[in-house]
Amino acid sequence: MTDEPRITTPITAEGTTFPGPLPCGLRCIPRGVDELATEHLVLNMGPQHPSTHGVLHILVELDGEEVIAAEASLGYLHRGIEKLAESRRYHQVPTLLDRADYLSGLHSETAWALTVEKLAGIEVPRKASWLRALLMELNRYASHLVWLGTFGMDAGAMAPFLYIMRDREMLLDVIEAITGSRMMFNYVRPGGVAADLPAGVDAKIRAWLDVADTYLDENDALLGGNEIFRLRMKGTGVIDRATALAFGMTGGCLRASGVDYDLRRDVPYCAYPELDFEVPLGVRGDNMDRYDVRVGEMRQCIRLIRQLIDGMPEGEFSGRRSRVLKVPAGECYAAVESPRGELGIHLVSDGGFTPYRMRLRSPAYFNLAVVDEALAGGLIADAIVTLGSLDIVLGEIDR
Amino acid sequence: MSMALGILARFGAMLVLLLVNGVMLIYMLRKVLGHLHLRIGPNRVGPFGLLQTTNDVIKLLTKEDLRPASADAWLFNIAPFLIFVPSFMAYIPLVFGPTLAVTSLDTGLLLAFALTSLVPLGVLMAGWASNSKWSLIGGMRAAGQQIAYEVPLLLSALGPVMMAGSMDPVKIVAAQSGVWLGFIPRWFVLPQLLAFVVYAISSQAETQQTPFDMSEAESELITGFANEYGGMRFGFMYLAEFSNTFVVSAIGTMLFFGGWQLPWVATPAWLAPFVFIAKTYTGIFVMMWARGSLPRFRVDQMLSFCWKVLIPVSLAWVVVWACVQRLWPVVAMAVSR
Repeated sequence: MTDEPRITTPITAEGTTFPGPLPCGLRCIPRGVDELATEHLVLNMGPQHPSTHGVLHILVELDGEEVIAAEASLGYLHRGIEKLAESRRYHQVPTLLDRADYLSGLHSETAWALTVEKLAGIEVPRKASWLRALLMELNRYASHLVWLGTFGMDAGAMAPFLYIMRDREMLLDVIEAITGSRMMFNYVRPGGVAADLPAGVDAKIRAWLDVADTYLDENDALLGGNEIFRLRMKGTGVIDRATALAFGMTGGCLRASGVDYDLRRDVPYCAYPELDFEVPLGVRGDNMDRYDVRVGEMRQCIRLIRQLIDGMPEGEFSGRRSRVLKVPAGECYAAVESPRGELGIHLVSDGGFTPYRMRLRSPAYFNLAVVDEALAGGLIADAIVTLGSLDIVLGEIDR
Repeated sequence: MSMALGILARFGAMLVLLLVNGVMLIYMLRKVLGHLHLRIGPNRVGPFGLLQTTNDVIKLLTKEDLRPASADAWLFNIAPFLIFVPSFMAYIPLVFGPTLAVTSLDTGLLLAFALTSLVPLGVLMAGWASNSKWSLIGGMRAAGQQIAYEVPLLLSALGPVMMAGSMDPVKIVAAQSGVWLGFIPRWFVLPQLLAFVVYAISSQAETQQTPFDMSEAESELITGFANEYGGMRFGFMYLAEFSNTFVVSAIGTMLFFGGWQLPWVATPAWLAPFVFIAKTYTGIFVMMWARGSLPRFRVDQMLSFCWKVLIPVSLAWVVVWACVQRLWPVVAMAVSR
C-alpha cells in the first residue's frame, strides 16, 4: 500500500475508536462515542451521488440513520466564470453566465444586462423589457419543472421526473423558437434582446398555456397529493425565519419560511411593475412549505405569461445596434429574482471594453449554506429531500 | 434411480422456470414502468425489445468478477447465493395445476415463508462484507425491514389457512373450488379482504419494491447492499429479487384467488398452469404499478407502520376470524365443504 489511510483512529474508550481529523476539513470533527459506546460514521455523500444534483460533496456524520452534522464541500464544478468575465467584452459575458445557472440562463443574462445598462446609462425599449420578462417567466417555469421532477426522484418517485419532461419539452420548444436555443440562450443583450418574437410563436405559447394548467395539476396530484410524500415532507428540514434570514437565503426557500420578499415586486425591474401577480408564502419553513411555495409560483408563472403575451407592446426590441460597448468607470449592483432567489451581479468597470471585476451573487450558494443547520437531526432520507427542496444548481454555486 | 431422475427433472424444470421467469419479469418491469412513465421501454433488440434482457444477461455473464480489495472475501462471495438459493427453493410448494407441483407438503406454505425469510440474512451479509458504508446501511435497513414485514405476511396468510383447514397449498387451492350462493366464486379474497390488503402491502415490502425499497433506495443509498457487486453476482441478486416477486404473487394467488382454477367453470388440466401464471402476473403487474407511481417511505415511518398498524390489524383479524368461523354457524357451513 503506497497511500496511507487518511483517517487516523486513536483509541478513546475500551474497544472503541473515533476518526481523527478529517482530510476534507469537516469543521466539527465527529463527536465520537456516546453513552452506548457506538461509533459515529462519517459518510461522503457525493461528489458522485445521484441526489446531490450535480457534483456537490456533503460530509455527513451519522449515528445509525440519524444525521448528527453535515457540511457541504464545494468547488468541483468551478470554472472561474467571474475571472473569465474580466477578459470578455460586455456582450460576450452572457455566454459565460448561461453556463453558471444552466437551468435558468435567461435570468443571469438579464441580471447582467440590467447591471451594464445601469452603469452605462442605456435606455431599454419597452418591448425589450416585456420580452425579457416573458422569457424569464418561461424559463422560471422550465426550471421549476426540473426541480419538481428531481424532487420527486429524491423522494423515491420516478414518475414525476418523466412527466415533467413532457411539459418541459413543449416549453423548451417555445423558448427555442424565440431564442434559438434550449439552454445556452445568449438572447438578452445590454440594450435589449437579440431578436424579436418570430411569427407564429404567439400561437405556440398559447397552445402550451392551454395544457400547462392541466399538466401542473396532474404533476401536483401525483406528487404533492400523495400521502406518503406529504408524510415525509411535513415537519422535516425545518428552516425558521431567523435562520433563513441569517444565512442570506432568498427566493422560494426564504418565502417558505414566511418572509415576504420577492424582487419582482419589491425592487421592480423589466415589465413587472405593470403586471399583476401574487407571491405565495409558507409558514413553517419545512419541506412541504417549500414544495407548496414553488408549485404556487408555477401557477403564478402561468398567470404572468398570460398577461405578458396578451399585453406585449409594439416597437423596437433593442435600443442598441452596435455590440461593442464601453462602460464608464464605476461600480454598480443589480439583481433579478431567479427561480432560486436573488441573482445579483456586482460589476466594477474601469472604463474599458471589458469589466474590471464581475461578481455573481448566486442565490443557490446562500441557500445551500443552510445545510449544516437544516440536515442535522434528521435521517438520511430527510437529508436527501431537504437538499432537494433547496433547489440547488451546482453550476451556479461553484461558478 | 428413477426417483433420483425424477427429482433432478423437477429441479431442472424449476430452474428453467425461474430463469425464463426472471428474464420475462425484467422485460415486463421495463415495459410496464416505461409506459407508466410516458416512455417506450426497450424496443431495439429483437421484436418489441424482447431480447434486451437476454443481451443484458450475456453482458453480466461476460463481465469481470470484481471484488473490492477490502471486502470480506468469503462472505462477499457467498452472499449472492444465500440470497438466490432460498428464493429458488421457494418454488417448491407452488401449485401450478391439479397434478402440477414439485411436491405436496403438509407444511408447504410454512416452507415457502421460511425460505423467503432467509433472504435478509444474505442481504445483511452482502452489506456487511462489502465493507462499504452505503452497503452497510442498505443491508441493515433490509434486515430490519424484512424481519418486520415477515410477521404481518405470515399472520395475513393465517385466515385462508383457517378456512382451508390446511397449510398444504394443494389443499388450500382445492378448498377454493366451486361457488358460494350459486354465483360467487369460493375465492378466499372475499371473506379475507382485510387479510389480503395486509398481505399485498407486506409482500410489496418483503420484495423491497417502492414504496418500500429503502434497502436499495437509489436516491439515498445508490443501490444499498448491492452497491459493490458487479457481473453475475449482481445478476443473482437481481434474479432473486424478481423470483421473490413471483413467489409472493404466486402465494397470494394460491391463498386468495383460487390458484390455478377458473371461476365458475371447471378448469381443464392443460389450462391450469396458464391460468395460474396469468393470475400471478396480474398480481405482479399491480406491484409494478405501485412501484412506478409511488414515492418511498422513510425508514422509521415504514417500520412504525408495520409494527403499529399492520401487525395489530392482522393479529386482530386472525382472532376475529377464528371466532367468526368457530361460533357463527352460517360461516362455518359456508367454509366447510
